[in-house]
Amino acid sequence: MARPTLAVWKFASCDGCQLSLLDCEDELLAIAGAIEIAHFPEASRKSVAGPYDLSLVEGSITTPEDAERIKHIRAQSHSLVAIGACATAGGIQSLRNFADLDGMAAAVYPRPDYLDVLATSTPISAHVPVDIELHGCPISKYQLVELVTAVLAGRRPRLPKFAQCVECKAHGTACVMVAEGQPCLGPVTLAGCGNLCPRVGRGCYGCFGPVEGANVAAMTARFAELGLDARQIRDALRSFTAAAPAFAEGGQGNG
Amino acid sequence: MAERTIKVDALARVEGEGAIKLKIGPSGVEAAEFRIFEPPRFFEALLRGRDAADAPDITSRICGICPVAYITSANQAMEAALGVTVTPEIAALRRLLYCGEWIQSHVLHAAMLHAPDFLGLEDAFEIARLRPDLVKTALRLKKLGNELMEVIGGRAVHPVNTRIGGFWRAPDPERIAALIPELEWGIGAARDMTLDFAGFDFPQDEADYTFVSLVHPETYPIELGRIGSNRGLDIGVEAFAEHFAEEQVARSTALHARHGDAPYLVGPLARYANNFARLSDSCRDTAAAAGLGPVERNPFRSILVRMVEVQYACEEALRLARGYVPPDPPAVVAPRRAGTGHGCTEAPRGICHHSYTLDDEGRILSAAIVPPTSQNQKQIEDDLARVAGRFLDLDDAALQWRCEQAIRNHDPCISCATHALRPTIERV
Repeated sequence: MARPTLAVWKFASCDGCQLSLLDCEDELLAIAGAIEIAHFPEASRKSVAGPYDLSLVEGSITTPEDAERIKHIRAQSHSLVAIGACATAGGIQSLRNFADLDGMAAAVYPRPDYLDVLATSTPISAHVPVDIELHGCPISKYQLVELVTAVLAGRRPRLPKFAQCVECKAHGTACVMVAEGQPCLGPVTLAGCGNLCPRVGRGCYGCFGPVEGANVAAMTARFAELGLDARQIRDALRSFTAAAPAFAEGGQGNG
Repeated sequence: MAERTIKVDALARVEGEGAIKLKIGPSGVEAAEFRIFEPPRFFEALLRGRDAADAPDITSRICGICPVAYITSANQAMEAALGVTVTPEIAALRRLLYCGEWIQSHVLHAAMLHAPDFLGLEDAFEIARLRPDLVKTALRLKKLGNELMEVIGGRAVHPVNTRIGGFWRAPDPERIAALIPELEWGIGAARDMTLDFAGFDFPQDEADYTFVSLVHPETYPIELGRIGSNRGLDIGVEAFAEHFAEEQVARSTALHARHGDAPYLVGPLARYANNFARLSDSCRDTAAAAGLGPVERNPFRSILVRMVEVQYACEEALRLARGYVPPDPPAVVAPRRAGTGHGCTEAPRGICHHSYTLDDEGRILSAAIVPPTSQNQKQIEDDLARVAGRFLDLDDAALQWRCEQAIRNHDPCISCATHALRPTIERV
């Protein structure tokens, strides 16, 4: 039986999520044995034509050309998985969605007229149907291995659907908001990173994006009680998953 | 054979998206372009109005391969702006973290992205079928680099434990000590791999590069030093903008940097040439055994310099791990105030320079970030033209591959340059 084929695609991003695949040092050769890596330009000159059983898509859609390209990729992919905050929420570059793009372009480029970009940075799901999303900036490589394993086994991957707070409890991490009065997005953020920030005494900065049913209003009210002004509350929500609807709306009410 | 056209639209085994366009006529190479078409993400603009503390984490998202370079350059620039001096313990822990990034990034490039070219293979997975031990050793070394980043930074891609003034929490000494046996192994593994790669059949090539890197009187520069060159430049990092300019060209979403009117090269070849005397005796011994002199001008042999630097990073990390004293407190408190500051560190692929101006509440008024690949872009185009001219007798497929190598020699990070590669060779 032919091995399932894997393709890895890149849009506007930092490469960190696809790097996570190469960072699976213990599993990489086993994965490469079980799957035919058909298209993965960051790692290989070889490119086999589609269709592909599994497409991993990194990055957000920010140009008219990319808005077309993702449709062709969808058409060639049996399963399409969006990986990372850019592909699932628009990424840090979605801060442009809240600003004047022409002004931003002029601030960076002497000749903004050379550029051909969209006014917004949007997730893959805004353009084509997405089968599974792996969240995070970057994604967790453990979730990536679970995803590939699940696809090979023909089952859904087991991914957390609860808030970061649950991870703190599971790890026995003291609550940085209760104990230290530090602002922490843990109550409204999807778990999965491995409880990284609170474990070093830092409030979660929300890089896995909002958890389903996030009560952002209650959390921003608490931030205000902790002494954050409206701009600080807005900026806390406007980072790597700024355009995720729950965070975007929460940010709008502040600053 | 007067006219030929060769085209490659998406360069593989580089980080990000780019292209090569080459035009060859009866008189030789007529035009060579290294195009970067990765969509712009406007980092400098989206930093405006943000708190100074946001810059290291936001700019780390410029590059998932070398986030520590961005984090460290940004932190140092902010510390300069805010008048903060970190303690020796914090400085040592930063260097240890940075060693982890050098190891993982260099091994990724040398063994998995660059080495396949010299073996005539498409990728590291093909190497793994022929020489599984080589790839397993490379993965173990890369994992060591990532473990350093995880133990100190919290995670390998976009570490979370860093901040202006230092760290959120000092790593437990036991966890640092646990890395020591693997670092001891890593020194020898890096040396063996250097000597292994020294047996490759390297294309003959040489260029009279202007090498620009950090320089330091006492140590091989990673996270600190002045900016120097092999042509007599010696400036503080705050004077960068007076000596280097960025310009925009239509074919690229990365700004091209230049030094006067001439291209220049940053990265391992430059660091090595400018700081050879600062390497350890054991690293210089490995270099000599691999056939490297004190200066290496053949860019195809940069793979050897990268591996010598992996050995150095393992040695440095071992020294720092053995001498580890947890910084207490883990960070120096930074005030909120107005200021301008500059930071420059050696990303694996060359100097990464940051400048920020802050208002009196410590908010960012302006930001300027010059990544290594945009500095190298002009030199890479010159390399492309030179290499294509030198190997015109190759058939189209072989010439295309050789031209791709001319780019990969410099480990371009196109996401860094805020963008990507495609080779097009047009023989008119």
